[in-house]
Amino acid sequence: MSVFKYEKDADGIVVVTMDMTGPVNAMNAEYYQAMSETVTKLEQEEGLKGVVFASAKKVFFAGGDLNDLVKVDPDDVEAFFNGVEDTKAQLRRLEKLPVPVVAAINGAALGGGYELSLACNHRIAFNHKAVQIGLPECSLGLFPGGGGVVRLTKLIGVEAALPLILESKRLRPDAALKLGMIDATVDSLEELLPAAKAYINENPEAAIQPWDQKGYRVPGGPINSPKNAQLAVMAPTMLHQKSRGLMPQLTAAMDIAFQASMLDLDTALRIEGRNFAQIAAGPVAKNMISTFFFGLNKINGGASRPKDIAPMKTRKVGILGAGMMGQGIAYVSAMAGIEVVLKDISQDAAEKGKAYSEVLLNKRIKRGKMTEDKAKQVLDLILPTASNEDLQGCDLIIEAVFENIELKHKITKELQGYLSDDGFWGSNTSTLPITQLAEASDKPGNFIGIHFFSPVDKMPLVEIICGEQTSDEALAKAFDYTQQIRKTPIVVNDSLGFFTSRTFGTYLDEGCQLLAEGIHPARIDNLGKGIGMPVGPLQVFDETSLELSRKAQETWAEMGVTDKWGDGTVLRQVVKDMVTDNGRGGRHHGGGFYEYHSDGSKNIWPGLFDLYYKADVQIDDRDIQDRLMFRQVIETVKCLEGNVLRSVADGNIGSIFGIGAPAHTGGFLQFINTYGLEAFEQRCAELQTKFGDRFACPDIVRQTSAANKSFN
Amino acid sequence: MSNTAYIFDAIRTPRSKGKKDGTLHEVKPIDLGAGLLKALQSRQDLDTSYVDDVIMGCVSPVGEQGTDIAKMIAQNADWDASVAGVQLNRFCASGLEAINTAAAKVASGWDNLIVAGGIECMSRVPMGSDGGAMGMDAAFAVKESFVPQGIGADTIATLDGYSREDVDAYALESQRRAAHARDNGWFDSAVVPVVDGNGATILQRDDFIKADSTMEGLGGLRASFEEMGKYGFDDIIIKKYPQLERINHVHTPGNSSGIVDGASAVLIGSKQAQSDLGLKPRAKVIATAILASDPVIMLTGPGPAAKKALKTAGMTTSDIDLWEINEAFASVALRYMRDLDIDHDVTNVVGGAIAMGHPLGATGGCIMGSMLNELERRDLKTGMLSLCVGGGMGISCIIERV
Repeated sequence: MSVFKYEKDADGIVVVTMDMTGPVNAMNAEYYQAMSETVTKLEQEEGLKGVVFASAKKVFFAGGDLNDLVKVDPDDVEAFFNGVEDTKAQLRRLEKLPVPVVAAINGAALGGGYELSLACNHRIAFNHKAVQIGLPECSLGLFPGGGGVVRLTKLIGVEAALPLILESKRLRPDAALKLGMIDATVDSLEELLPAAKAYINENPEAAIQPWDQKGYRVPGGPINSPKNAQLAVMAPTMLHQKSRGLMPQLTAAMDIAFQASMLDLDTALRIEGRNFAQIAAGPVAKNMISTFFFGLNKINGGASRPKDIAPMKTRKVGILGAGMMGQGIAYVSAMAGIEVVLKDISQDAAEKGKAYSEVLLNKRIKRGKMTEDKAKQVLDLILPTASNEDLQGCDLIIEAVFENIELKHKITKELQGYLSDDGFWGSNTSTLPITQLAEASDKPGNFIGIHFFSPVDKMPLVEIICGEQTSDEALAKAFDYTQQIRKTPIVVNDSLGFFTSRTFGTYLDEGCQLLAEGIHPARIDNLGKGIGMPVGPLQVFDETSLELSRKAQETWAEMGVTDKWGDGTVLRQVVKDMVTDNGRGGRHHGGGFYEYHSDGSKNIWPGLFDLYYKADVQIDDRDIQDRLMFRQVIETVKCLEGNVLRSVADGNIGSIFGIGAPAHTGGFLQFINTYGLEAFEQRCAELQTKFGDRFACPDIVRQTSAANKSFN
Repeated sequence: MSNTAYIFDAIRTPRSKGKKDGTLHEVKPIDLGAGLLKALQSRQDLDTSYVDDVIMGCVSPVGEQGTDIAKMIAQNADWDASVAGVQLNRFCASGLEAINTAAAKVASGWDNLIVAGGIECMSRVPMGSDGGAMGMDAAFAVKESFVPQGIGADTIATLDGYSREDVDAYALESQRRAAHARDNGWFDSAVVPVVDGNGATILQRDDFIKADSTMEGLGGLRASFEEMGKYGFDDIIIKKYPQLERINHVHTPGNSSGIVDGASAVLIGSKQAQSDLGLKPRAKVIATAILASDPVIMLTGPGPAAKKALKTAGMTTSDIDLWEINEAFASVALRYMRDLDIDHDVTNVVGGAIAMGHPLGATGGCIMGSMLNELERRDLKTGMLSLCVGGGMGISCIIERV
């Protein structure tokens, strides 16, 4: 009995209901077998009038099996290519059946699922928000290689297809219908099969795909037609600018779409297959699948959460301090339906904090993303107050005041009594040790660090920090709260700067080192961007504020932890030169390394050249790039080695979502896997010789390499 | 070298705006070229059966300029059926490449008389008509960090520190020199009017030159590549030149070469041809050079190419009396003069493509005509011709009057 149920009705219409062994229908060996039998049978079927592809699962079809794809061996690309070709040949046979074939899309049809639908003559989808349609492969370092790039291009044209593919868009059926990705929708599941059959009965001639019809012209025309010249030049340019040339899957997808617009389907499919094999076997696909699929699934699945503690929903959260962080936390909490008490020292300050949510909600209304009623409900969840009593009964209080131990201690002592009996205390801090902060707590077991990133409403990560006495319950609470507000939690152990701030600090530090050596500041920042960081180290230092760094240095000096993670002499000197001697504290202090103008433009502060620039310094771009990258990677490895990081997945996801590690590397630990552990050690040694001991390779790399393992 | 390659003549059509409203828009490419060959034939009283080959540069050899236009032109000019023709494309160097190739063929002793030049009717076959890989192939564009030449020209200006005033001043001088030369009839002996089938004149002299240019007028023009740069090209070139904080967009239609229609033809041959046909040699080709430099900026090849040619010839810059650098963009000419440490006084003495226009495939032949005329008019001896070329190439040719 096949996992593709085959039923022919009295009208001669065969319904193929996909019901594979696993939880979803997916493109794997079982699929290949079932599809092979099905297509052969359909080709031989007598009196066949039409075919409907349906799913017995909630999901229509889930796409390729990433377990297989992540293992594609670069030494055996040809075999993989042949396999891809075989799978695609089946779909080609399906679309060449002499009768209409209809996809009855009852649930998500993403990736391979949508590619299967594209090989049908007609696509009808259940119009429900759970039914997502699209080709998200590019977000995993791949591209739709099962005919997706070619057929979507042929169907709706280069200009319409490219954004859907390159941006990995997932659309609801009504949106997909508007774009021509599907042909019809039905409003209930019950109507789906009848609608599919009715289409077949009414359109018996609809058996030939548009691209197989003589004289078919791709919408918008082939890319080499003169009127597409601008598209042909600008599309690769904008892609190059955005991806910095670091995402080969995007370039390949665009190239295939261009070619598909000019060539016949079979040739285009073959080109797509060859490129797909090359991309799937390449490092970026491996990096991105490992981190954004397997790593993220691990994290979202609760690998870092204590197993035996029941889900802990947060109902009422108190937020102390309505500044930039507090107001953002209030917004994301209210958006998740949590009652929020937003407290500051004055009613006025608290109100201002709430107003931030109003601004964001109004934007959502304007963009049609939310109704006014719903926005009001969200806003009404936030109570701005200056009164301690309003905190009564909070099951979670998040303190988000200035980074000052005494202040945080004072507030903890003052307000912890308002928590409900089983309530928890979270401190939003980016650097201060949680164990030390918890000293002011009556219940240090219920005390935990919850490090948000700014701007809170945009940044997807939360770094949860366990102090020495933090209980499993507190961790579960913080973890569940983070997921409740739809963010990704990573869990780290207590240590100065935790994981993200400590690692991020090395990027700033190396930027300052390069600057102090006399390298042109533009070169430093441009090469930082060149490795795939969102912005250069000097620019980001301006954003995060040199002044804040100066204050942090003071705090660390008071705490006696100066230079705990390495020699900060150069950075301190640069900060002194800039802030103390020249009054350049950063972007929000009237300018820093850059001068900022009211029209949004900026330029390097000319004084920087007098201070540091030496025109005759000789250094390779590659050395600069590696210094900026390796510092962060080495620090991440040290965090893993020193048990600050509890898992590789946390290190990878945390580095990308929290620090802006280049996505194509799969994060700062996965970077080493792809670089090769031995090669990494060797390069560290070179950099160490040339530039100093901060590039010494941590032992764990050698150990892992000696054990023939990688960072997984 | 076994033989010497002599230049007997170098003529061109007048140049006119390469758009619908240009004077030459009505003329077919094969007619424009044939008119020039006929003029050459009559000027030299040429037995065309003696001509081995017609080598024509053409950068967009498709449509009306397709099917080996050089041969089509030879036929259309009613030249002897024995005359061969070949079209070649080395981007903007095509015209000079045709000359250099012809010189090499003659020098080798295998051919005796060749017409070399080029044609580009940009109004009828616009740039980019061939849809080639440069810029229009997605994978190649990303792999090679493609940026349009204008962005490359602005990058040269940024790297070398040429201000908008610098490039505009250069452009103004080009206009002044070209207008002065034309109005004094200095071009007349080398420029052949374009006529229709009845012999009526369509265009007598260059009508692209803007003699009334002023610094104010030039300064008021919008930078051509600023908007384009914002769409991504600036970031792409900065990735390659990370020491640049930003690209200073200084080039405008006023200080870049003009898009025009035009053709050129240079008669090159051996001593044998000279004596057989009684031709009068005006100059000889001393050395040629071709090379490539950074393909991203694409415009830095001429200086190195000139140096290579000097080395081949065993000469130094002081041995050269006059210089011609194709004015694709003002910064290209400025970079060339800086590379070679030469003065504007001896460079492009009758203006260049900023004033007269740049009919891509034909330009090499056009500047040969200017050079030859000016060496004679000033009674000087040696001249160097150079052009920047797509893909980062640079080309040069040294000639010496005989």
